[in-house]
Amino acid sequence: MDDIAINVEALGKKYHIGGIQKSYYRLTDQLADIVTAPFRRAGNLIRGDARGVAELGETIWALKDISFQIKPGEVVGIIGRNGAGKSTLLKILSGITDPTDGYADIYGRVGSLLEVGTGFHPDLTGRENIYLNGAILGMKKTEIDRKLDEIVAFAEIDKFLDTPVKHYSSGMYVRLAFSVAAHLEPEILLVDEVLAVGDMAFQRKCLGKMDDVAQAGRTVVFVSHNMGLLQALCQRGIFLHQGGVDTDGTITEAVDAYLQTLEQARSHDLSKRTDRKGQGHARLLGAEVVNDSDGSSSILKTGQPARFVFYVDTLLLGMACDFHIYDTIGQPVTSFKSRLRGPKDAYDPSLGLKFVCDIDELLLLPGRYRIDVAIVGDNRLQDFIEAAAVFEVGDGHVGGRPAQHDGKFSVVMSHRWTLPTKL
Amino acid sequence: MDHLKQPIEVAVVPKKDTALTIPSNLPRTRREASKGWAWPKLRELWEYRELLYFFAWRDIKVRYKQTVMGALWAIIQPFFTMVIFSLFFGRLANVPSDGVPYPVFSFTALVPWTFFANALAQASNSLVSNANMIKKIYFPRLALPIATVLAGIIDFAVAFIVLLGIMLFYGLVPTVNIIWLPFFALLALVTSLGVSLWLAVMNVQFRDVRYTVPFLTQAWLFMTPIAYPSSLLPEPWRTLYGLNPMAGVVEGFRWALLGTDTAPGKMIIVSSLVALILLIGGAFYFRRMEESFADVL
Repeated sequence: MDDIAINVEALGKKYHIGGIQKSYYRLTDQLADIVTAPFRRAGNLIRGDARGVAELGETIWALKDISFQIKPGEVVGIIGRNGAGKSTLLKILSGITDPTDGYADIYGRVGSLLEVGTGFHPDLTGRENIYLNGAILGMKKTEIDRKLDEIVAFAEIDKFLDTPVKHYSSGMYVRLAFSVAAHLEPEILLVDEVLAVGDMAFQRKCLGKMDDVAQAGRTVVFVSHNMGLLQALCQRGIFLHQGGVDTDGTITEAVDAYLQTLEQARSHDLSKRTDRKGQGHARLLGAEVVNDSDGSSSILKTGQPARFVFYVDTLLLGMACDFHIYDTIGQPVTSFKSRLRGPKDAYDPSLGLKFVCDIDELLLLPGRYRIDVAIVGDNRLQDFIEAAAVFEVGDGHVGGRPAQHDGKFSVVMSHRWTLPTKL
Repeated sequence: MDHLKQPIEVAVVPKKDTALTIPSNLPRTRREASKGWAWPKLRELWEYRELLYFFAWRDIKVRYKQTVMGALWAIIQPFFTMVIFSLFFGRLANVPSDGVPYPVFSFTALVPWTFFANALAQASNSLVSNANMIKKIYFPRLALPIATVLAGIIDFAVAFIVLLGIMLFYGLVPTVNIIWLPFFALLALVTSLGVSLWLAVMNVQFRDVRYTVPFLTQAWLFMTPIAYPSSLLPEPWRTLYGLNPMAGVVEGFRWALLGTDTAPGKMIIVSSLVALILLIGGAFYFRRMEESFADVL
């Protein structure tokens, strides 16, 4: 048994959705339900829609029949689309929620960084929050005493240690939060998409810290959408797809499998996609990438115009559309935000239910790209779909200079050289 | 969303196979579906006792932030209730007060009562208001309502000192019965904790609880001998009155401090039993429901 850190056996987690388990009932609803339930259940039984008291349907398995083992000292990346069960898995491993089926055995103390800064109180000072947050994460007071200087130095907030955190800038806030969490020293560390905080310099520091943790022989389980990051930090990857283990192998194998399904997921009718986030009051129905000159071909060319069209089902107050472009290995390339206005932006009442983004000169190198789209309205995220569209950029010219496919880089700029020459 | 997707420069570090093996004597934790009723996780709560302390400390620190009166609120609330009761029940309605000046009579009862009422109001919301934490971090959930109730002890202590002041003002000196006071204070704590656990858990599933608590507290106030003495009731009804554990607490406080002859024998036994049943039942109910908190909140 001494070479196992985590043993997951036929793990499953069922969630009730829809009418049965609302986020909460009113007592009156519950009473009405108690009165009507016997009749409904009898009806279901007669129609064959139910077995015993349990009503069939209206449930989803966020995880189904998951089994794997992780050895001590392994650094494992868990990847998958939204709704694939990654977060549910981490929640079960950390004990936040119980599985419905199967079990997970964990050997050693577990620390989880599922969200930095949870449990911070705005009215307390930085120092007070370090102690409070440390205790919530499972640290002893003596342990925090010992590491206080280190935590403060890492977060770079020493001058503001005794200032209430509500006066902190958001950067300081996340730095402190991450710093507390990063000084947790459990045998097993579960990390959920928390690394990308703060500015670039701090991000690099966080990564260094995470790498130290891994190098120190501790078991680390990462969940992230950043494939580059996972490939740098992990040896092994587990790709979850629709609640099951799709690929369990080296991190490269898992990332490849993931990227492949992302492209398969591309469909013109986005309304059928279920792996989305957001409030859902407005939804993205389709995303189109066209070559502006003829409007039909989805083959774009470097240096040529391109048009991105996003179809939505309704319009909300203050509605905006963001999209992010990623390359084939999942590295982010650039993003577009309709909220950030430019002088050439226009409103068109006759446009209907769509957003149109025109690019005069596409500065992407030839290759394959995908876009993630976010729809914002009523000041909240309404819809977010990964890989809403995938497009191909063909060879072209920028500033009259040929642009060619390059496995490594994605962006090209119009430029000119001044060269020395022998007289 | 996009802050998660910012490009990150990654220093690629050479992988080396770490040959470190964790000894097999590491504790094993099994995560599996919980089956029905189980023992409350008291040992785990003990391991996390520092968290209990930090939660209580947070509640105390934050409670009177941004208020003008600050900790004075701990006194204002029972003090003015006492003034109102003295005017309307003491003066106007001439409610008997077991031979003690009415203001002392009612304030002695209001001190433990205020502790109870505040515990209910705050602990019943403790899970819901910390929903974010419950959904993101694992820690013994029991720590939240318990710490909230414990935080009220400071307010209780402040109000208690004022009570001693009022007693002195009226020239009353505590009787030797005062050695029993810690027991009655404990009874108040057990009752508050017991009721709070039930309400906190129910509040997770039924948000109706939030609206019920103020009303419940008000009704309970009048069902407890605070504005009037339980000596108005003949036996055996007085013993039955002990079914309301706060009745036992209140009469116990009066007996211990003021030496009223409502020596709370049988009534206290009934109250103590009810309080214990409430607490133990609450702890089991909590244990049964706690695994669903993260999913329901």
